[in-house]
Amino acid sequence: MRQIFDIHGGIHLPERKNMSNPGWVNDCDMPSKLFLPVTQHIGAPARPVVKVGDTVLGGQMIAEAQGPISVPVHAPSSGTVTAIEARAVPHASGLTDTCIEISLDGKDEWVGCEGLVNWRDETKAALLECVRLAGITGLGGAGFPTAVKIGSDRGRDIHTLIINGTECEPYITADDTVMQCFAQEIVEGAEILAHMVGAETLLLAVEDNKPEAADAMRQAAEALEIAEVVTFPTKYPSGGEKQLIEILLNAQVPSGGIPADIGVICQNPNTAIAVRDALIDGKPVTHRVTTVTGMSVKEPGNRRVMLGTPIRALLENAGFDADSADRIIHGGPMMGFAVTDLDMPVVKITNCVLAPTRSEISPPQPQQACIRCGVCAEACPASLLPQQLYWYARAKDQEQLERHNLMDCIECGACAYVCPSHIPLVQYYRSAKGSLRETVKERARSDNSRARFEARQERLEREAAAREAKRAARKAAAEARVKAGDDPVQAAIERAKAKKAQQRAE
Amino acid sequence: MLGDFAVLLIAAVLVNNFVLVQFLGLCPFMGVSNKLDTAIGMSAATTFVLTLASVCSFLIYRYLLEPLDLIYLRTMSFILVIAVVVQFTEIVVRKTSPLLHRVLGVYLPLITTNCAVLGVALLNINQAHNFMESLVYGLGAALGFSLVIVLFAAMRERLVVADVPEPFQGAAIGMITAGLASLAFMGFAGLV
Amino acid sequence: MLDIIFGNPSLLALAALVGIAIVFGALLGFAADRFEVEGNPLSDQINAILPQTQCGQCGYPGCRPYAEAITDGDSINKCPPGGEDTIQALANLLDVEPEPLDVEHGVEAEPTVAYIREDECIGCTKCIQACPVDAILGASKLMHTVIIDECTGCDLCVEPCPVDCIDMITREGGIQDWYWPLPDGQNRKSLITTDRGAEQAAA
Repeated sequence: MRQIFDIHGGIHLPERKNMSNPGWVNDCDMPSKLFLPVTQHIGAPARPVVKVGDTVLGGQMIAEAQGPISVPVHAPSSGTVTAIEARAVPHASGLTDTCIEISLDGKDEWVGCEGLVNWRDETKAALLECVRLAGITGLGGAGFPTAVKIGSDRGRDIHTLIINGTECEPYITADDTVMQCFAQEIVEGAEILAHMVGAETLLLAVEDNKPEAADAMRQAAEALEIAEVVTFPTKYPSGGEKQLIEILLNAQVPSGGIPADIGVICQNPNTAIAVRDALIDGKPVTHRVTTVTGMSVKEPGNRRVMLGTPIRALLENAGFDADSADRIIHGGPMMGFAVTDLDMPVVKITNCVLAPTRSEISPPQPQQACIRCGVCAEACPASLLPQQLYWYARAKDQEQLERHNLMDCIECGACAYVCPSHIPLVQYYRSAKGSLRETVKERARSDNSRARFEARQERLEREAAAREAKRAARKAAAEARVKAGDDPVQAAIERAKAKKAQQRAE
Repeated sequence: MLGDFAVLLIAAVLVNNFVLVQFLGLCPFMGVSNKLDTAIGMSAATTFVLTLASVCSFLIYRYLLEPLDLIYLRTMSFILVIAVVVQFTEIVVRKTSPLLHRVLGVYLPLITTNCAVLGVALLNINQAHNFMESLVYGLGAALGFSLVIVLFAAMRERLVVADVPEPFQGAAIGMITAGLASLAFMGFAGLV
Repeated sequence: MLDIIFGNPSLLALAALVGIAIVFGALLGFAADRFEVEGNPLSDQINAILPQTQCGQCGYPGCRPYAEAITDGDSINKCPPGGEDTIQALANLLDVEPEPLDVEHGVEAEPTVAYIREDECIGCTKCIQACPVDAILGASKLMHTVIIDECTGCDLCVEPCPVDCIDMITREGGIQDWYWPLPDGQNRKSLITTDRGAEQAAA
């Protein structure tokens, strides 16, 4: 039995996972239209490569990656591109982004998909390229491009790959379901990933509230020598990758760093399946398993849904009762955000659509004054000082926020959950992080402008000096000529005088 | 003998703290304690000035004023010594950290009129300290001043962002806090 | 001479003080010479905070002259492109009170970018010569255009243009630049919860 450790803080939340029947996946009905945003990931938006009116097949790339931190987007089914325009997308801001609208023809015809003959024979670069072209991002909810994550070189060899099946947030059972139903595929994908990063140890992490999933994973991992299934006590937010690494390996990721800095990489089980599908079957990311739950949904459960399906269609497929619903939450109750427009599409990071009733998740209570009790610091899994961060975020004191390691906050919400004054602490930190990032950007821009300005001043001075030097040289040359007796002006005068004298003589 | 110096030091730092118990040197204490970095810079400058001035004053008194029977000139000559040391400190600070020099502003030359500095010099004579005792006493006074100004600056930094009612914001809550800190330091009475 | 001095107490006092003064004066003079400061690193730090638009709205011909003026004691609230954030940063650096922006020098506006209407451009290069960061691409009798990423929005190019073909348009942020605003639940006026209820009822 592998020894496991504990993280500082953390909270125990009511799980409410049984209501979504983990372990069963149904297909969501095909909608009539799909809306695929070009940004379903962290990084630069993808660029559409189809035009309005084009016919597309399932699995066809419809937007290509732009730059090193970007992923392409693929059509989930066959149809016609009817629009490429800005639409509301599931983002906390409620702003719009470019979406490719596909009207499905219902025939679900696909491009020919060919996987690699034997992935073990390919170079790491070739495998990474396959992963990148398949549009794989972190499907656990973060959405960081997987090819960049596993291809990153931080100067250390990766020794451990962790498949993060923790799923610590209440309500969500997508990972649980996928581990019970597709354990074999997860292990295959994990094996490929371990080979790609060169890991000697493969840990399949499952929280102890998912015994069926742990059993399924153990069965599937029996044949793979480097793989080991590890279970650990349930606590929120054990599923954060830095917290998980601390639990499994008793190692802390350095402040401001990433797990690759200490030789560890974490991946979600859905991402492992996507890698397997891309390399072995040649299939890009076009569908995902999403939990639809909440008491205003009559048939909650996990659905395999096409990316780009409007959330409304997904909810109705699960028996949604709009009257009893209070808010619709994209993601979980701790780290998700409310969506206002139900026509927003399901994207790669939609791990859950939560439709609670008003009594199930009541609206937040009014914020009161901070009583400096310090319970937030006891709950913080990153061992930060939420109270100090709160005061400095309110005062917009960026220097002190950096000193108190604001950027190490994982925005889990444990501090806000335990706060007796109901202060929305995470909102303060998100805002402060945003303005910190903006300040850094502004500083970089002004440094650039200053460099250009100083270069221009130098150039003008150089040109003025060159002009001055030329003028001085010309003047010196003219004086030298005069000194040597070779004065053209004087010679011309002499010639004129001589001519006149000659004329007079005649 | 070392024990005597330890007692003298603790007395100067805690029991008879120059700022919070004897209420000397309040001007830089209130004026420079807005930010922790500035306070640390000020405490370093004052430590340097206090120790050096304490020693120089003692030497001038023992070897110039006493033999020549010019004891009544002690106040003038001490001020002269302190002014020179402060000026020297200002030159060094301007060279090493122009930012600290700009931030301390007028408070740096005001160390000259800091009653704590003159107070230490005169108290050394009152209490008939010898050379080592003067040095330790001056050092203790400086450490006590540094301790208090750094603590107070840390508290004021937190007060600035706290939810203070409007009539009390700024110097008012600073004064109240200083008074409470002074009450706290009274608890050291009878320690040595 | 020594007898005179030692005999007369007041002369002795004077001599003692003068003696001390001479010794210490020499020490100080030596120190002042040894620890001389070259340049002004403080204005570098101030210049690093200013937004580098080189627009001249502060009254100085560029950002570095203003930085040097601040070092000499000028007020910190004269920079409209920097806005409140710059004033706050300068106040933190120099440990002074932040003041509101001096409206004599302009108001804080949205960040802008210059745009040349290419149909009307005559290729005179007057705007290129005016741009302090060389953000306009072009040559004599050839098309001029603004490089958006380098333009600081200082609008020094608008005036020299003889055909007035330069517009200043607002720089828009998209979904990539958005971030959460601060929650506004901070209610400094109410001290107890029942106050808050009364306010909400009144609202």
